[in-house]
Amino acid sequence: MTVPTELDTRFRAATTGLVDVAYDFADSPLGPLFVAATERGLCRLSFDAEPEAEEERLARGFGARVLRSPRALDEVRRELDDYFEGRRQAFELPVDLRPVGDFQRAILGRLVQVPYGSVTTYGKLATESGRPRAARAVGMAMNRNPVPIVLPCHRVVGAGGDLVGYGGGLDRKVALLKLEGVQL
Amino acid sequence: MRVPPFERFYQEQRDEIWAFLVRRLGRDRAEDAFQETFLRALRAYPQLEHGRHLRAWAYTIASNVSLDELRKKRPYTAPAEWLELDEDDGPAYEQLDHLTRDLPPTERAAVVLRYGYDLPYADIGAALGSTADAARQAASSGVRRLRRKELSQ
Repeated sequence: MTVPTELDTRFRAATTGLVDVAYDFADSPLGPLFVAATERGLCRLSFDAEPEAEEERLARGFGARVLRSPRALDEVRRELDDYFEGRRQAFELPVDLRPVGDFQRAILGRLVQVPYGSVTTYGKLATESGRPRAARAVGMAMNRNPVPIVLPCHRVVGAGGDLVGYGGGLDRKVALLKLEGVQL
Repeated sequence: MRVPPFERFYQEQRDEIWAFLVRRLGRDRAEDAFQETFLRALRAYPQLEHGRHLRAWAYTIASNVSLDELRKKRPYTAPAEWLELDEDDGPAYEQLDHLTRDLPPTERAAVVLRYGYDLPYADIGAALGSTADAARQAASSGVRRLRRKELSQ
């Protein structure tokens, strides 16, 4: 006997404030995005997500009460829609990076200062973080960015201007830079 | 065995718990009870020390919720509405006793106990020397018979 859909929806909406992490999917030109938030802010955005693997990871990082709850992600969806439609250049969403290590968090923090429509390099980010020889570590930190797009690791490229790589696939990096009007 | 993410627990238990609550409370009352069951589970979830016996745990909560619900003794509205039971005409069981006098004895007993005294089917089955399922069938065929009679009048 299957639970009626409206009852399922009602229950999920009633869990606000009782979960460690709420998640849902957001439509985007790059395909459906898995988005998750705690009370403190957005904690995960991923492409091609396997929900069960994401749930496990979120449970380890933030607590076992991980539940799909669309209403809790309304604001996230709104800002992402605005971004993809060119109406928004900077996100106001708070992010929650609690499970992220200090070094990685410092590097990710620098990203928000790379303006919309421009690029920087792994080396420059390393220098700015006081670790000029850590370009590779910066690359790793970008690769493990839990909230791509919102923390814009797509704006980081190689010293020679080549795109190097992207957790969500190079095509998506190209698409995001084009959306922002970067000449490639 | 680690406690799974709540979404897994919920997806694995929700249909069975829903069916259980509908059997115990009827569809209307099962809706609130369903939400209450999983909200209680969500509140208690951080205290779980391992992920074993989660099905039994869910049933325990659902069973407590339905007992609370049955204690409210809210009159069962569905048949009362079309039978036009009215509080001014005396208690429900007395009115039902009168309305059901032409039913076969088992059906009559099941209908009166269920809708007049608000007993769960398990108790009615025990009272009739049969099972909860048999009691539910007797009550529903009694209700159908009453409804046909009502419509033909």
